[in-house]
Amino acid sequence: MICYRTGRMPLAVCFLMLLLLSGGCAVTTTNLAPEIPPMHTIEEFKDQRFAEVYDPWEKFNRSMYGFNFYFDKYVFIPVVNGYEEVTPVFVQNRVSSFYNNLREIRNLSNSLFQLKGEESLTTLGRFVTNSTVGIGGLFDPATSFGLDRHDQDFGKTLGYWGSDSGPYLVLPFFGPSSVRDTGGLAVDTAITYGIYTAAAPFAATGHSFEISTGINTLEAVDMRHKQSFRYFESGYPFEYYMVRFFYHQKRELESTKPVIPSE
Amino acid sequence: MKPLKYFIIICLILFPVSGFAEDDGYSYPIPGSYEATILGTPAVLMGELPAPTRMKELLLDVIPERNKPPVFFYNKGLRCSFAYQSTKAPLVFLIAGAGSSGQSSKITTMMKAFYQAGFHVITFPSPSNANFIISASQSRVPGDLVEDAEDIYRAMESAWNEVKGDIEVSDFNLCGYSLGGTQAAFVAKLDEERKSFNFRKVLMINPSVSLYNSVSRIEELLKKIPGGAKKEGAFFNKMLAKFANHYRYGNYIAINDDFIYSIYEESLFSKEETGGLIALAYRINLAGMIFASDVMTGGGYVVPKNRVIKATDSLFDYFLVSSHLSFFDYFNQYFYPYFAKKRPGLTKEALIASESLRSIGDYLSSSSKIGVMTNENDFILTPDELAYLKGLFGERAKVYPRGGHLGNLEFKDNLAHMVGFFGTTGGIP
Repeated sequence: MICYRTGRMPLAVCFLMLLLLSGGCAVTTTNLAPEIPPMHTIEEFKDQRFAEVYDPWEKFNRSMYGFNFYFDKYVFIPVVNGYEEVTPVFVQNRVSSFYNNLREIRNLSNSLFQLKGEESLTTLGRFVTNSTVGIGGLFDPATSFGLDRHDQDFGKTLGYWGSDSGPYLVLPFFGPSSVRDTGGLAVDTAITYGIYTAAAPFAATGHSFEISTGINTLEAVDMRHKQSFRYFESGYPFEYYMVRFFYHQKRELESTKPVIPSE
Repeated sequence: MKPLKYFIIICLILFPVSGFAEDDGYSYPIPGSYEATILGTPAVLMGELPAPTRMKELLLDVIPERNKPPVFFYNKGLRCSFAYQSTKAPLVFLIAGAGSSGQSSKITTMMKAFYQAGFHVITFPSPSNANFIISASQSRVPGDLVEDAEDIYRAMESAWNEVKGDIEVSDFNLCGYSLGGTQAAFVAKLDEERKSFNFRKVLMINPSVSLYNSVSRIEELLKKIPGGAKKEGAFFNKMLAKFANHYRYGNYIAINDDFIYSIYEESLFSKEETGGLIALAYRINLAGMIFASDVMTGGGYVVPKNRVIKATDSLFDYFLVSSHLSFFDYFNQYFYPYFAKKRPGLTKEALIASESLRSIGDYLSSSSKIGVMTNENDFILTPDELAYLKGLFGERAKVYPRGGHLGNLEFKDNLAHMVGFFGTTGGIP
């Protein structure tokens, strides 16, 4: 290839280049020199392991974590930045409130699945209040009326009824999850889709698909806009484990049944 | 560092506010040193701090010839935040505290405060943050104040080269917190020779006087946990169980501010446990520095020599091993041998003495541009060291009655003093 492109290059030069190239190979082979054990190894470890989470697919998960980093860098964050640039903060907050209100449907269905009567009523109250007084969810007067938001999803419902989280899983686009929470996400999405299809709010416009795609895209942008986390921004080499640990721990705590003190 | 910040918040420590802090004209509310360090400043007490409207991220290629190993594939250069005014204004460089990135929450708050007051701002990660070790450290062995100052200075020149075409600057200033505060003094001294910036004013916030002493005091906190520092994993799990039980027995709707405050109110953790958690967070932080440095030097300290770690390889064993190494292990087995090789005849005592503000005390006392801001109850200082700072700086020292280590950094009075120290206001934000 090299000889061909350089045309009349003397054979000797080609030979020299070959030598240099193989020199390059030699450098690579030194990388394969036998490993020398380090001064400190896991063998000297006599303590309990900590901050560990069941993660049998770590290689795959780390690849996804890397994928999300690049997706954020080249697609998601530039879009979010553009959105933040052209939209006044007031409008951004209304958009967030709007989607928060829509998500009350998911909160409500899962509060019901968990047979939490009072919580379901609170969530229903929030949805009705914010949809009316809050002008279609653009504002959140319910919180100031003392109706606290209860975030629920089907992953939590499964956890509440005793399902184990299963292996840790990093999803493309969505980020940290688990087998259980991924199943939960699918169910929640299906329910939302079912309600949407039944209600068909944009059927009359004849552009139902375009409008719903727009709404979903804006929702994704809004979600990312509210999340200040940036992959690898901490610079910390063990960031993956910190994220994994906090995700898992938070979900574990928030999805399990509270212990009723025996009195 | 977000995960660590999160970790600290989650591990909240806390015992009840024992009576209100005495009325001394200073309204930062948390009296205890450890609790202030962990709780920091509640958002409502920070004042109005909108995000800068003109801002971008810089990814600086400070050492172009450097090879970056595959395990650090995401490291695309030194990551600095840059906020700029549209008119001519003074510029302030900010140096983050030990282990922190240039986007940590504390440095971001400082950036907003300076920006609001009309400054251009560029933030830098700590030389002990892996991003700095990989991208900007010549030796890749962090912890020496003189060498780290040279690395920071080179990074600042590189950042200035990148932005000087876009902004107008009236003068240069420098500010750092914690380890970054101590480093700021050494960077200022270096600038007296190099004169690239001729810093007009330099402020150190909660600096340590002697790095070795400060770190020893933090390590001391970990020795007090059951079984000593080598059992930090068991301690972690025990504290986590306590935290989880507190949540399950209470009627909480989420891990939110109410829950965190209840931990404080109900004094879930004892004073020893609180101190232990601070030290544990510091160890987890230190582990990142040790691992990054070892990979970059191929030193064979925690990673086998000649091993090329791939992007998707598990690092968990390295995490466990590195987080069980103390600063003294790092100093005696890695740091000192490196410098002893470089400077024959160097004793440990001499090396420890050089990692201190006292080694440049003459310069600090004679240079009127440098000031310090710290707290009476910052546990990284001995009473003797605090007295040294007061004596050295006189009127240029501002010492608050409480706040622990950096707990009050984001408090509105402190931010006002910090910005006020630099005097002039510049362009319109």
